[in-house]
Amino acid sequence: MAQPMKIRATMQGESADVKVLISHPMETGQRRNERGELVPAHFITQVTATLNGKAVMSAQWSQAISRNPFLGFKVKGARPGDKVAVSWVDNKGDKSSIETAVAAS
Amino acid sequence: MKVKRRQFLQVAVGASALAALGPHAARQAGAAEWNKVGFQAKAVEQALESLGAAGAVPSKDVIVKAPDIAENGAVVPIEVTSKIPNTRSIAIIADKNPFPLVAIFEFANGAEAYASTRMKMSATSNVRVLARADDKFYTASREVKITIGGCG
Repeated sequence: MAQPMKIRATMQGESADVKVLISHPMETGQRRNERGELVPAHFITQVTATLNGKAVMSAQWSQAISRNPFLGFKVKGARPGDKVAVSWVDNKGDKSSIETAVAAS
Repeated sequence: MKVKRRQFLQVAVGASALAALGPHAARQAGAAEWNKVGFQAKAVEQALESLGAAGAVPSKDVIVKAPDIAENGAVVPIEVTSKIPNTRSIAIIADKNPFPLVAIFEFANGAEAYASTRMKMSATSNVRVLARADDKFYTASREVKITIGGCG
């Protein structure tokens, strides 16, 4: 069940500034629904980012990352046109990924 | 027929080469295994221990950008930066969250020791950031006041 993602990568000085938005409920497992039942935890556990296929950033997340997560990171030495890809997987095994080219500033 | 068989062979060889590459490529992409012990820890000390960061040294080169007061604990913006050379990873801990360890970011191949995200905080609390460089930990923290907790 792939969820929509958005990505933007723009040169900022010598680095590519990458911003990612992910649609995901990020349920903590502590919230109760209208009937008072605990909503099971459902959250992204790992996010990985590559530049031209090379790993640059990987993150491990807990349920404390906000719903519809935002992630920003920077990669030095990137050039306009380079390919940035970001993918995630959650605690239920759902996953998604997105790719973009770095834009000149 | 012969041509077809040759094509088939080429594809088959290509596929097996890829398969051989597969696990290695996955390992290179290097996502360290999810730190279950740390993320399920309910005490800050346990979380720190899971990171190996119990003896972290306070440093001005670890920079935590977060609001002094966040009205909504469900969405607290946070930006972390380490100016310490060779910073390999940065972890965020919100002391009073039910599970204090919020996130770990690992950097390689030119990624700056920087991450920006939004997190949930259940109550006003100290937020500490731990940067790992050359197998030593450096830390900085700041208090974020929460008007409405973001546990739900």
